[in-house]
This record gives sequence, structure tokens and C-alpha cells, in this order.
Amino acid sequence: MSGGKLADWTKGAEAIVYQSCAVCGARQYFHRSFCCACGAPDPEEKRASGEGTVYATSLVCRAATPETRAHIPYNIILVDAAEGFRMMAHGDNDLSIGDKVKARFARFAGRLVPYFEKATS
Amino acid sequence: MSFITGVGLTSYGKHEGSSSLDLMSKAAALAIADAGLKRADIDGVLCGYSTVSPHIMLATVFAEHFGIRPTYAHAVQVGGATGLAMTMLAHHLVEAGVVRHVLVVGGENRLTGQSRDASMLALAQVGHPDYEVPLGPTIPAYYGLVASRYMHEYGVTQQDLAEFAVLMRAHACMHPGAQFREPITVADVMASKPVALPLKLLDCCPVSDGGAAFVVSREPTGEARVRVRGCAQAHTHQHVTAMPHLSELGAEIAIARAKQSAGVAISDVRYAAVYDSFTITLAMLLEDLGLAKRGEAAARVRAGHFGRDGEMPLNTHGGLLSYGHCGAGGAMAHLVETHLQMTGRAGNRQVRDASIALLHGDGGVLSSHVSMFLERVR
Repeated sequence: MSGGKLADWTKGAEAIVYQSCAVCGARQYFHRSFCCACGAPDPEEKRASGEGTVYATSLVCRAATPETRAHIPYNIILVDAAEGFRMMAHGDNDLSIGDKVKARFARFAGRLVPYFEKATS
Repeated sequence: MSFITGVGLTSYGKHEGSSSLDLMSKAAALAIADAGLKRADIDGVLCGYSTVSPHIMLATVFAEHFGIRPTYAHAVQVGGATGLAMTMLAHHLVEAGVVRHVLVVGGENRLTGQSRDASMLALAQVGHPDYEVPLGPTIPAYYGLVASRYMHEYGVTQQDLAEFAVLMRAHACMHPGAQFREPITVADVMASKPVALPLKLLDCCPVSDGGAAFVVSREPTGEARVRVRGCAQAHTHQHVTAMPHLSELGAEIAIARAKQSAGVAISDVRYAAVYDSFTITLAMLLEDLGLAKRGEAAARVRAGHFGRDGEMPLNTHGGLLSYGHCGAGGAMAHLVETHLQMTGRAGNRQVRDASIALLHGDGGVLSSHVSMFLERVR
């Protein structure tokens, strides 16, 4: 595959990586070997800035495994990234919709996950 | 044309010692008897899935267990929309002349067959395996995300959502087969344990054992003449991360196409059966379907609009929220109740007029939608 693979948090690296289509300009967060908007092959992989805006939040107070239960309550959020894609992540429990946020990385149930805090302006 | 010629429903709740196949068989036998048919008359079988007993050929396993040899059989999997998706397929199969009598069946011992943790874990897998599931979301969290956004955009409050739980419980109190039959108040919902905020325990449907079935036939088999007037689907995404804007959800697409195929307007509808896995699901779907204006569904609940004696009786059996949710069979209870209402057999729950009904199912995280209109024919 051209363009090369960038490791991201799903592979244990402290990075958020998205794909950008050179043909139609669409951005996608779930990685594929093609652009799901136009079908063109080999979208370019890019590292995101980690900046975004909170789109939705849900504070999980009931978890289903011992590993995740150890973290409750934890805030599952959807973030609209500055680069134009949406992602799921963790965040501070007091985040509100519309908050400008910045990503760091945290350990959760034995894995590395993206964790958003309010951006300091 | 196709007709729903028979329906069968078990109580929902605990059926200790019953397998998924037992519950499916029980409901199937009831539906076939209700249609006035013999099991040998059934030449088509469509069944849902069981998270407790997964199988790559569940329809065949069921047919052997039940003791029939259909000429057409397979399972269908569209999450919570499975029941209506199967009904839509059965409608097309009998219209196309492929089979005469399709048995549509779903059932699962989801409550006593596995732990609640196992159920929650199995259901959370509708999330993306790489980009969502590792974050530890649950099904209530997926819907909690949607709820937070919907409340933000349309000024809906947690108290508003609680109204739907109270309404479904009031309806369930009238049905002997419902899992929960103790009346609750908005204050009870607000005080219930947080699950995935803004959703609390009483905003969430329970996990249940149960089974439901119906027979879809080319011609009526008796007095009960309920026909499928029109139906349609829409599938916009699977994962909540990939969900379109709230104004572009599949329910609006499915209902628009169903109205067109049925030649029916919302103003013609006399009874509504709408998927209610969570209070937010019901609130959003009612508004997406046009049964209430944006942000006004809760006000309509408070005004008695969706009650048995209201203008648009809704889920008079108590819905998933209080009758219970046993997986693929869960929302099939909505259709069974609709059929009872349309044929004047709902007893103390009977509404004045259920001549045209609107049913809507949702699978995943508002991912897959099926809208259907049923009509009573004299």
C-alpha cells in the first residue's frame, strides 16, 4: 500500500491517525484501504493535532467487565476533530457539548486510549 | 397482498429452565394455532438470533426442533429491527408466491441463560472492534451519547425522557405477561441508579426471557384480517461514531418510503407501535416518524396523547421498557399487541380504533430502521 501506515492508539502508539482522500478530499477515521466516500484506493494517512470540539458525552456508571468496572465512572465522548472527522474517546467527567478539547493519552483496562481535556486558551 | 394471520407471545421475564428453542417453539405453536393452521401448513420459516445459543443455521435448527420441514428457511439479523425486517421479508415472499405461510419467530432465554454482564458485553459488540469497543462503551452509553446530543439540540430534559418510562410502565400494569407491573413516577426514574448518563436504570429496557411469533400468509385464514399495507427500510450507518446528523437519521428515510409504498399519511394512523429500547429511543423515533413535533413528544405524553384512551395509543403492552426485551423477539411483542388491538382482542387494554397502525423498529444505534403500516380489512 502506498502512503505508508502510521501507528495510532489502537496499536499502542500515542497518536490519533485519520485518512484523507487525495481524489475527493473526504476524511475518515475508521481505517480502510479505500475512501468510503468515493471508492478511490489508498487514502493518505495523517496524524491528527488532537484538537477538537465535544459533540456528545455519556458518563458510564455501569460497566460489564471487572477491568472496565475498575474505572467507573468514566466519560465516553464523541469529539469532532479539527481536521474534520469524528471519533470516540474518553474525557474529563465534567466536559460539556461544545467544549474545545485537546487530547492526551491514558491507560484504560490495560490499553492506551485517547483522553480529552478542556483546551487551555 | 399479505396478511398477519396469527400471533403468539409468551410472558417476558424469567423462564427458568427454558432454552431459546423452547421459547421460540412455545410462541410458534401459539401463533400457528391462532392462525387456525396446522404446523404442516407452514412452508416458510424466518427466525431471529440468540446471543445465548448462537448458531450459523438457527432457522434449520429451529425447524428440526419444532418438527417441520419448510421449503424456505433462514435467520435474519438486524438487531432490534429484526422482527419487522422479517415481517417485511415474509410479506414480499408471500406476495412473490415463494411460499404460502411464513412463520416468523424470535425468542431467547437472555435473562436466565447468561449473566447480565455477558448480555451487556455481547450487545456492546455492535460497536467498532478497533475504534469503539476498546474504550469500554456499553449499549446504554451509545444511546447515552445520542441522548446527550438530542437533549442539547432540542432542549429535551431528563424529566422529559422519564415520562416515556412512566407511560410504558402504566401500560405494562394492564398486561399480565409484562416483566414489570409496579407503577413508577418521574421521580422514581430520576432517582434510579445512573447507568450511562443521561440514562438511568429506568430509562433502559430490561434483559428478559421470552418468545414471540406470527404467521404471514398470502390469504386470510379466518376472521382476523390484518394486512401489510406497506413497509420500507433505511440503513445509514452501523457505529455511533459514523452516525449522520440528527436530522438525517434512517427513521425519517424509512417512514417517508413506507408512507409512499402504503399510500398512507401519519394523519391516517390510529395506533402506534414504536421501538423503545431506551426512553431516548422512543422520544426520538416518535419525533422522527412525525407522531410528535421536534422536542414535543414528552409534552404529548403528559397530555395523555399516547395513552390507551388518547389520540394515538402507543405500545399498550408496555413496550421493551416494561413488557421486556428478549432480543430478536423483543419488539415482536409490539406487533403481537398491535394485532390484538386491530382484531379487538386486547381485553382491558383495547383501544377505540386501531384500524391503521404504524410500526417502527430500530437496530444497532439508530442504525437500521424498518417502518410498516398494517391495515384491518373488513
